Amino acid sequence: MAETETTIPLLTPINLLTGFLGSGKTTLLARLLADPALSDAAVLINEFGEVGLDHHLVERIDDTMVLLQSGCLCCTVRGELAEAIKDLHSKRERGVVPPFRRIVVESTGLADPFPVLSTIKSDPVLRHHFRPGNVITTVDAVNGVSQLGTYVESNRQAAIADRLVVTKADLAPSADVSGLVETLRGLNPDAPLLLATDPSFDVGALVDENLSLRATALQSTRGFYCETPVQLATAAGGVHQSAVTSFVMTVERAIDWTAFGIWLTMLLNRHGDRVLRVKGILNIAGEDRPVAIHGVQHLVHTPVHMERWPDEDRRSRIVFIVDGLDIELLKRSFEAFALDRSPVEEAAVPKSSLQERQSSI
Amino acid sequence: MCSLCGVLGGNEHWADAVARPGVYTRNVERIDRRRERANRVRIANGMLARFGLTISDWQGASFVLATRTGKSEIIEDLGHLWPAAERLCGRPCDPLDPGLIAAAEAAIDG
Repeated sequence: MAETETTIPLLTPINLLTGFLGSGKTTLLARLLADPALSDAAVLINEFGEVGLDHHLVERIDDTMVLLQSGCLCCTVRGELAEAIKDLHSKRERGVVPPFRRIVVESTGLADPFPVLSTIKSDPVLRHHFRPGNVITTVDAVNGVSQLGTYVESNRQAAIADRLVVTKADLAPSADVSGLVETLRGLNPDAPLLLATDPSFDVGALVDENLSLRATALQSTRGFYCETPVQLATAAGGVHQSAVTSFVMTVERAIDWTAFGIWLTMLLNRHGDRVLRVKGILNIAGEDRPVAIHGVQHLVHTPVHMERWPDEDRRSRIVFIVDGLDIELLKRSFEAFALDRSPVEEAAVPKSSLQERQSSI
Repeated sequence: MCSLCGVLGGNEHWADAVARPGVYTRNVERIDRRRERANRVRIANGMLARFGLTISDWQGASFVLATRTGKSEIIEDLGHLWPAAERLCGRPCDPLDPGLIAAAEAAIDG
């Protein structure tokens, strides 16, 4: 028992699987449950019946919990999600269930995913043992574009995703799939996008933290895909009612961390429900290393001090995904309140030291 | 952060520079920590002045937010700042208010 206990992470990540009704969430879930990549996971689902577990079943632990062939622990949520996770935690501590190292939670098709993330951060027990992992959103290639055009929930789910999974791509004409991919890129410029029908589709990548922007995804040469605001259109071509928009701000001047913190808390306090996402890599005045920030609505993850800059570009880059906010005002507000106002010579990273650092690496 | 009131429990706020591995911090040293708090108060005051409010450090543990008439409230961290500020000044503190932005821009240019 002692050696297994050491493998339990200090804070167990809770991944959230979401997606619109009929978007292939349950099919993906059934695949996750059977995959050895999730042998160290506990999966919380709504109904055992839906995923058809019978032939994978190894052991029934109690009414709500079963152990599967793949090593994966599967439980149904009855009532409060927080209670279900606490029960799992308690069972793991007592050695009743295998020592799972991550959790995947299935959300209902219509639910706004935010409350789940919020629960993890605000519950006094959960926040000391768990942390938010990836938000995985499934989008159906056949109906995805029209759902995104019609339902606000669908937009929000896609906008806050850390991983986008396009399902049923084999059932849709390839033009539809590329159209959907383009729409999703407009909504959420930087989440890795996977095709569930792709033979190389890797279930492990969905819960893999390394791909996550929080720490290292920005190390890729192209951290961001979108430079200009994208206005979503409905299937009919009109302006979208929810007006979910994403844009990237590239900032020359160093950012004052405190002023930025005050500004962002002020923005989130007033408009948190409309700032679906803030992600970015910041050049902080007085710091050599960049800081990665990542926020979903009112919730901002703990900022990560990155090891090094992903490339030679030392400018701060921030992605905003907003729902119906005036982008021009947001940019002006950011520039007026969040930047370091000390003289540029001091604030900017000196060129000489930059070159020295590069040559010394 | 609480999704209803925008308040976060204890000192867990993301903008707080706590000395923990993986967390952004400049506050390893005690003196630096106090200096950072003073700096934070200075910057927050620049912002709060626009709403007729002031903030001051209280014992290096909390902040006291006050109006010009002396109505005041103790807050723990910056996560509590704006809901309290709105309660005290009785109007929304909106960073996207065009008037507020214009005033700040004028101050920078001037």
